[in-house]
Amino acid sequence: MITATATRRSFLGTGGSLVIGFALSGRALAQQGAAPAGPSRPAGGPAVTKSVALDDVDGFLAIGADGKVTLFSGKVDLGTGVRTALTQMAAEELDVPVERITFVQGDTALTPDQGPTYGSLSIQVGGIQIRQAAATARKQLLETAAQRLGVPAAELVVEDGTVRRRSGGPGLGYGELIGDRNFSLKVDKDVTTKDPASFRVVGQSVPRLDIPEKTTGRFTYMHDFRVDGMLHGRVVRPPALQAQLREVDESSVRNIPGFVKLVREGNFLGVIARTEWGAIRAAQELKATWSDWQGLPEQSKLWEHVRATKVTKDDVTSNVGNTKDAMGGGAKRLSATYDFAIHTHGSLGPSCAVAEIRDGKLTCWSASQMTHNLRKQIAAMMRMPEEQVRCIYLEGSGCYGRNGHEDAAGDAALLTRAMDGRPVRVQWARQDEHGWDPKGPPTLIDLRAALDAQGNIIAWESEFFIPQGAAGNVALVPAELAGLPHEESMAPGNIIQNSALPYAVPNINTVCHRLENTLFKPSWIRTPGRMQNTYANESFLDELAAAAGVDPLDFRLRHLKDERGVELLRRLAVLSRWESRPSPQRNTTGNVAKGRGVSYVKYELNRTYVGAVAEVEVNRDSGEIRVTRFSVVHDCGQVINPDGVRNQVEGNVLHTISRTLKEELTWDRSMVTSLDWGTYPVITFPEVPVIDIDLLDRPGEKPWGAGEPSAAVIPSAISNAVFDATGVRLRSVPFTPPRVKAAMQQAT
Amino acid sequence: MPTTVPLNVNGRATTVEVDDPDMPLLYALRENLGLHGPRFGCGLGQCGTCTVHINGEAARSCITPLSSLSPDQRVVTLEGLGSPENPHRVQQAFIDEQAVQCGYCINGMIMQAAALLARTPKPSEAEIRDALASNICRCGTHARILRAVKRASGTA
Repeated sequence: MITATATRRSFLGTGGSLVIGFALSGRALAQQGAAPAGPSRPAGGPAVTKSVALDDVDGFLAIGADGKVTLFSGKVDLGTGVRTALTQMAAEELDVPVERITFVQGDTALTPDQGPTYGSLSIQVGGIQIRQAAATARKQLLETAAQRLGVPAAELVVEDGTVRRRSGGPGLGYGELIGDRNFSLKVDKDVTTKDPASFRVVGQSVPRLDIPEKTTGRFTYMHDFRVDGMLHGRVVRPPALQAQLREVDESSVRNIPGFVKLVREGNFLGVIARTEWGAIRAAQELKATWSDWQGLPEQSKLWEHVRATKVTKDDVTSNVGNTKDAMGGGAKRLSATYDFAIHTHGSLGPSCAVAEIRDGKLTCWSASQMTHNLRKQIAAMMRMPEEQVRCIYLEGSGCYGRNGHEDAAGDAALLTRAMDGRPVRVQWARQDEHGWDPKGPPTLIDLRAALDAQGNIIAWESEFFIPQGAAGNVALVPAELAGLPHEESMAPGNIIQNSALPYAVPNINTVCHRLENTLFKPSWIRTPGRMQNTYANESFLDELAAAAGVDPLDFRLRHLKDERGVELLRRLAVLSRWESRPSPQRNTTGNVAKGRGVSYVKYELNRTYVGAVAEVEVNRDSGEIRVTRFSVVHDCGQVINPDGVRNQVEGNVLHTISRTLKEELTWDRSMVTSLDWGTYPVITFPEVPVIDIDLLDRPGEKPWGAGEPSAAVIPSAISNAVFDATGVRLRSVPFTPPRVKAAMQQAT
Repeated sequence: MPTTVPLNVNGRATTVEVDDPDMPLLYALRENLGLHGPRFGCGLGQCGTCTVHINGEAARSCITPLSSLSPDQRVVTLEGLGSPENPHRVQQAFIDEQAVQCGYCINGMIMQAAALLARTPKPSEAEIRDALASNICRCGTHARILRAVKRASGTA
């Protein structure tokens, strides 16, 4: 626990800031959440004022007298393994074993704000910051050792956290050199980091640090976290998105054993009980009257609705040559419209948070991917100074973007306030998660292109109909319902990315029509925009290849002027045993048609390269698509942990097969109706294909992200494979059996 | 009125005090006994994160009322299967194959697989897929999970 004693044991750094004593607290901090009492609860003593500055070495690192290292990371592990990978990066630069490093993540009082954990940036940005901090620290440790040993730093080596002369002899441990004291040093962005040729830890498949505990029930997830005296809360959301709460009858739940309190604030409604089961029963049995609201468009008219929505601005993402003229001069012209359904995050563990207020300070434990931003949002909602709010990250169930965790944190904040600060845990029900997490917005894309007589693309035009807004904070549901301060603008993520092409086309115009609104509050879900845009681009490119009568992989190579991309596609041809021929395949007899499709992306046109080949079987009678194999070649530059990257690629493939073949939000005029796994089906084990991965490792290059890029190519690879198998083009995700059958009937 | 319910969990006879004897077993395990293995995922028996063994059979604790259990029925959770120091062979196989992403589903995967292997020591791949067909994983760890179960059964 960070006790007053522990805090006072610390030293005043030269900067005068009080830091926590790491010899004691380094390990205790690592267990934040592991013990029921909540070891990192702010104690009554002096405030924890460890540096959290992004440019301070002390922001990222602390070394105890025992030589143990604590790494403070603003990037958090969302189940992707970055705890292990970031620890490897620090271990490499410091020359200490991975086991000696304790990882503290996403605590606004202890970790620097490295930005939200999204966008496949944890290694690429967060890891580099940590690498630089560690290298700066190492340099200073060497210099200190040089002074003490009376030899030039160049004659020293570090081994397992001990500095000694290259010639041998006794050394000085990091604990002796800096133990429990501040570095008081700015991160040197130009510091010399290790030569990749001498990497010992980076580039190795170090086993994930969390897996033994996660496979044996010893791990403490957000959902397991308990605080003494904690009560249990549940929220009762409106039955229609914008329904108004008319009346609530507390007597309907007063006799439920353990019931403590009903909390109403505007349209925000919650129940609090002594036990979780009491809270569940109270939420289920509470009688409340709401106004009718039927403002949603009919699901069957979704795309007409999107097309009719007011455009507030156009983002032109590429404009080369003159497409109008070139289009007219083409030998062949094609056009098509693609659409991609609304998706839910559908986190497997519904959102959960604990909050308490002590001495006017609010502490919130959350699985948020952005605790630093959440802190600002909660402070605004509660009308509290930001300094009085602390958010502490605890791992939740897989998070693929801004889901419901932040909202549940807001719920917990309102409920603890209603209990005069007594800790309250909020656990969403399944229907809360499916109904109220923000959604991946619907995407509609029109494409037109022209080929010259040789089958080259001479003109390409595309229009993407997507909601306005960028990355930012997504308003908290409880703040909206309660009428408390919240953001008014939408934040769907940076969804214009990859609307432009990675290919060389002489005349090109790609434009994103930004829509004034969308049906459900949007947010980013894994590969936001990049997935939908790549799906349309790479499927339409396939249409052009077919129209040109050219093998689709050759067609891509023909238009690709990027050597790394070309190498990737050539390796993909080998990995997938690609047979060069135009699509569709000739043999169209039989009940089950087999085909293969290729897709390619250069993520955001400036980083990770991925190519994939899908192999599918399409049942012509049932319309069922079975993906039998995925071959993926992945180049994210320097690889920190190869098995970790493979795990992410496999996850991207399977998660996105699920999204492509099965997932689709449903709703009526009032509300989401796909509120469980029965109405929102996802991939199951019998549907899992073989996955072959060729992972390029380029130790001399920058490390790029791997959490999302490979998801971008999955829908188009499947669509192209279905076309190869059947000659039928699928342009509407998800490719459910009824849609496939309808497309096949239309084609005949 | 609180009721005392006798239970046999992870080889030990114990009791839990509950307000409602129809409360699902999951909440007794998590809240009364402080266990972390069985997890809340849906409360509907759809996803499998809450899976435990009851007399050796995989069961969904989120839809198993305490009142449906008798004191002699043996409940085993992920913690009762093994520990980091002494893991069950299925747990060891998941560690060896690094068959975890977020790990929220993994309790269900391990418990379901362990029950399968107890009954069918050398399952075919199709049998493994069928046995896990009603366990949801959102991260896309399926391929690794299949490898882990095969490894645990010695059929890898």
